[in-house]
Amino acid sequence: MIKMKKYFGKYGGQFVPEALVGPLAELERAFATDGKSKSFQRELDSLLKNYAGRPTPLYFARRLTSHEGGAKIYLKREDLLHTGAHKINNAIGQALLAKRMGKTRLIAETGAGQHGVATATAAALFGMECEIYMGSVDAARQAQNVYRMRLLGARVSIVDSGSRTLKDAVNEAMRDYCASFASTHYIIGSALGPHPYPSIVAVFQSVIGREARKQIVAAEGRLPDFAVACVGGGSNAIGLFAPFLQDDVKMFGVEAGGDGKRHAARLTGNGRRGVLHGMMTYLLENADGQISETHSISAGLDYPAVGPQHSSLSDSGRVKYVSASDSEALSAFHLLSEKEGIIPALESAHAVAFAIKLAKKAGKGKSIIVNLSGRGDKDLEHVARTEGGKGT
Amino acid sequence: MSLSDAFRKGQCAFMPYVCCGDPSAEFTLKLVKTLVQSGADAIEFGIPFSDPIADGKTIQAASQRALAGGITPGKALFVLAKVRKSGVCVPIAVMTYYNILFSAGLGKMLAKIKRAGADGLIVPDVPLGESAPLRRACRIAGLELVLFATPNSSDARLRKIAAATSGFIYAVSVLGTTGARSNVSPQALQLVKRAKQASAMPLAVGFGISLPSHVRAFRKAGADGVIVGSGIVNIYARHIPGGKINERLALSDVARFAKGMVNICHCKRR
Repeated sequence: MIKMKKYFGKYGGQFVPEALVGPLAELERAFATDGKSKSFQRELDSLLKNYAGRPTPLYFARRLTSHEGGAKIYLKREDLLHTGAHKINNAIGQALLAKRMGKTRLIAETGAGQHGVATATAAALFGMECEIYMGSVDAARQAQNVYRMRLLGARVSIVDSGSRTLKDAVNEAMRDYCASFASTHYIIGSALGPHPYPSIVAVFQSVIGREARKQIVAAEGRLPDFAVACVGGGSNAIGLFAPFLQDDVKMFGVEAGGDGKRHAARLTGNGRRGVLHGMMTYLLENADGQISETHSISAGLDYPAVGPQHSSLSDSGRVKYVSASDSEALSAFHLLSEKEGIIPALESAHAVAFAIKLAKKAGKGKSIIVNLSGRGDKDLEHVARTEGGKGT
Repeated sequence: MSLSDAFRKGQCAFMPYVCCGDPSAEFTLKLVKTLVQSGADAIEFGIPFSDPIADGKTIQAASQRALAGGITPGKALFVLAKVRKSGVCVPIAVMTYYNILFSAGLGKMLAKIKRAGADGLIVPDVPLGESAPLRRACRIAGLELVLFATPNSSDARLRKIAAATSGFIYAVSVLGTTGARSNVSPQALQLVKRAKQASAMPLAVGFGISLPSHVRAFRKAGADGVIVGSGIVNIYARHIPGGKINERLALSDVARFAKGMVNICHCKRR
């Protein structure tokens, strides 16, 4: 288990209204005691295995590798999980914790809808009430996921304030939590927010890296040379990276490079240290400290801040952060579909796009694990619309 | 001038909140003057932030109107300086979110706020545990940093908050965000009583207060002041139908409301 830290170097902390200080302390206590008990772990492991579909395969992408002609590319297949992305690992973990804390209602924010769907799923599984906050811009882009959440019994509240996207959905979920914590647990969907959320999410997602580590050793007889994951808030990335942080494995987090003008590159662009959503971290803001509106072709990476542990890993240089543009991600989306028969989520396609470049540069004899954090079904309509007549 | 001066007159102080720039800088200046002429004992002067997580719908909308109208922290402080120049001399606390201060550099920004004429600072996303750097910077700048207490703050925590705050304790009357409510909760009245027992620091109650009955209840419980934000925004926002405000009507409605509140606040304690 990862040790709970309030700060990762200069980043993290608990910048919340006074009303939330008590509930966050209660959450931290529950996680540190019940969350680490054998009975909790047994129940979680069983659900991850029998309900969510763990372990996920580590798949050697033979045709993609030979197409690129360099390092061996392995895909950690989180896309095969129930609900189609890694989000379910955290949603089930936190929902189980909430249930054991005696909470009866779950709330969450969602951008693309994947975390909202995962939370609504967990709520259905545990028989809990559920409300999901989603920006009106995102709800229009991801209408199918709105329907999916409602089908699962969740109430979807459309957020019309600010930029009407993920950051505003987080604001609204936090406001709800400030008033409702007695009965409600707020499942933050990424490794961000006030302490202890970044640590809790990292722990629940680190199952990805723990499995991948065993699997790559079984396949290659040694650890990988590289690990690559996309970084929105950064939960799939920290989930893959955490179990390798002490090893001689080079790691790359891939941010959304956007369309050249607009982007969501906090660590590789012009992000500055600041405070948003309860944490000190790198974020995109204007000269006055007002939070910027971001852009990415993938809603899941379209967020102006980043999990605090990533800010710290970026400063220390332990993880190198890079970016992939909208068009690079789209190319990778097509390439992986054609070469491997795997349609990646646009978020994960950013990681694939960078891994392809890395594989060529690293050359034969090396190996790369790419976290394929989600599947692309949710993106088909969006891609078709974006490409218009250009698609095949 | 010290913030606590407003709360140590042996009566309940009336401290209205204004969102600077909503819908224009000119209106804010007139609004503050109107409030003070109506008897306000202190002003909470809001510098809008793009992501106000402690605020409910009313102040979110006010912040958005202000930002859309082009207000910046620099312009807001210019308005504050004008307020002072116009002869307003009641204590003023600037209210904003931490990123606005942090982004500009704490020392630099706090010095500017002080120079513009503020006496104190209210930052709703900096709780006690994260307040050390801000308290240090406030001491250097000569500003009083007001900390919050909520109905779920324990007695032990209340004592720590009372020891660390300056000016007054900002007691939040609801669990949740700002915004007018119909009733006063027993937990809120309990909070006022608990805080008064925990320390001699003055205490003002805010969040959710908009009716005379709220003020009476908190006065009776021992509050040294009440803070009204959304209640006032709701009054003048009715006169912004198409984005342009009818200032005359807006200000006369606000004045009537403020005088009513001041009368209840200032009547002699039994």
